[in-house]
Amino acid sequence: MSLLSLKSMQTSIGQYAVLHDVSLEVPEGGVFVLLGRNGAGKTTTLRSIMGLWEPSPGSVRFRGTDLTEMHTADIARLGIAFVPEDMGIFGGLTVEENLILATANGSFDKAALERIWRLFPALETFWTKAAWSLSGGQKQMLAVARAIIEPRELILIDEPTKGLAPSIIDAMADAFREISANTTILLVEQNFEFARSLGRDMAVIDDGRIAHAGSMADFTANTDLQESLLSLSA
Amino acid sequence: MERLLTAIDRTGGVNLLPLAVAFVAFFLIGVPSSWVTLTVAGLAMGMMIFLMASGLSLVFGLMDVLNFGHSAFVSFGAFVAASVLGWLAGWLGSESVALNAAAIFLAFLAAIAFGLAAGWFFEAVIIRPVYHDHLRQILITMGALIVAEQMILAIWGGTPINVPRPNFLEGSVLMGDVAIEKYRVFAFLLGLVVYLALKFTLNRTRIGLLIRAGVENREMVEALGFRIDRLFIAVFMVGSALAALGGAMWAGYETLITPALGAEMMIVVFIVVIIGGLGSIEGTLLGAIMVGLVANYVGFLAPKLALASNMILMMVILLWRPNGLRPAVK
Repeated sequence: MSLLSLKSMQTSIGQYAVLHDVSLEVPEGGVFVLLGRNGAGKTTTLRSIMGLWEPSPGSVRFRGTDLTEMHTADIARLGIAFVPEDMGIFGGLTVEENLILATANGSFDKAALERIWRLFPALETFWTKAAWSLSGGQKQMLAVARAIIEPRELILIDEPTKGLAPSIIDAMADAFREISANTTILLVEQNFEFARSLGRDMAVIDDGRIAHAGSMADFTANTDLQESLLSLSA
Repeated sequence: MERLLTAIDRTGGVNLLPLAVAFVAFFLIGVPSSWVTLTVAGLAMGMMIFLMASGLSLVFGLMDVLNFGHSAFVSFGAFVAASVLGWLAGWLGSESVALNAAAIFLAFLAAIAFGLAAGWFFEAVIIRPVYHDHLRQILITMGALIVAEQMILAIWGGTPINVPRPNFLEGSVLMGDVAIEKYRVFAFLLGLVVYLALKFTLNRTRIGLLIRAGVENREMVEALGFRIDRLFIAVFMVGSALAALGGAMWAGYETLITPALGAEMMIVVFIVVIIGGLGSIEGTLLGAIMVGLVANYVGFLAPKLALASNMILMMVILLWRPNGLRPAVK
């Protein structure tokens, strides 16, 4: 059984239909990459899974539990973390406070904290600094750290490499590889090289519909498909 | 000008504004005893306005709700407290400080309890259906303020009500040729206690952390697993209770209240919230102190300008800092 299953999901924002028919099976473990052009519906898919936009009709099931009618907070408590495109950092709070908010009982598990400091050493350096004072890359690290400070089953990450320097992107890729060893990641990405280096399975969304789904290895080998779905030239 | 603003920021920033205003006023007024009296009056007035405005600032910042009915809680708080003080007139006139204190404590407690209950009702019945729709919020909450005023007229009548003060807060403390009204010192200290309690709650508790985070990004707080709608209700109730407490304090300060009190305070309260910066308790305190000081100094120096002084202050501050003096980070 898939960890996450989307069936004929349709989402409208106001009067505009953004997702027309999204059906997707995300298996447990590893990184599942959702690719697509700008405005194809990648972010809307993630937000619909989190309940931030209500999909109707259609269904979203996580380990068999129907998320469609659930409140975002209840979805998060099932073990699903969300790293939005704008990172969702609380700028007025310190790095420590941002992470405390993501814990279930307001205290840190020592091992989890040490893992975060090892993956993202800058966060330890700026532990007591207000989050607004961090660089773009450090904010992204904090956003990801917030998603892994507690054990999660699924992390939804929306375009984590956007606007980041190559060295930060490499660090982020290493972190995702380690995280995906015991947590499933559903990654929305436009940076194909980054996505290819991480993804095991993938899907392409185009105009609110899943246009292709399969293994990343097959998609990487098929340059015609890449050209037609993502306008990527070989 | 640029250099001056940088220098201000470097030496303490906007927190020094009240000191700067008081410093300038000292030379304009010229008589130290008058300056001290006006400064204490301004600080006391500022603290009472802070009580009324702090809840609105949080509600505005956290819930993005334009509640023009907020000052209805100020009115009701004033009238509920006035009624309790009227019933306990015997205790107020007593020589016993304990009885005096018990009377004022019960009056404030009644105002707070009313504010909590009315806040819960107001959020559930009036605010909840109009979340995310500012125009309807303005219309319905202004309507609610009018209804509240009419309810006060129906319950307490249109005649101004005299609010008795407890014996121990009557009169002034004389320091040389300076007379400081005891009630003003009391108002200042109570406001300070409430400010410190709010600051502690917001900065040192998990619920405070959630409120601060919610002011910045409600959606992300929910995505972290917290039901922010429940937090909304709690914040709205506390904000309403603080407004009612502010109204109760104001009733004792003015000693004569009318049903129009809420409508009269509404503009001042909004000016303070806008000057201070939305969602910021520190900003609200700063804005309230500025409004209190400027109102008293201008009232003394140029009485004809007194009514316009708050508006002028708001215009000047917004030209300088369009988001207010200390807005919560958005």
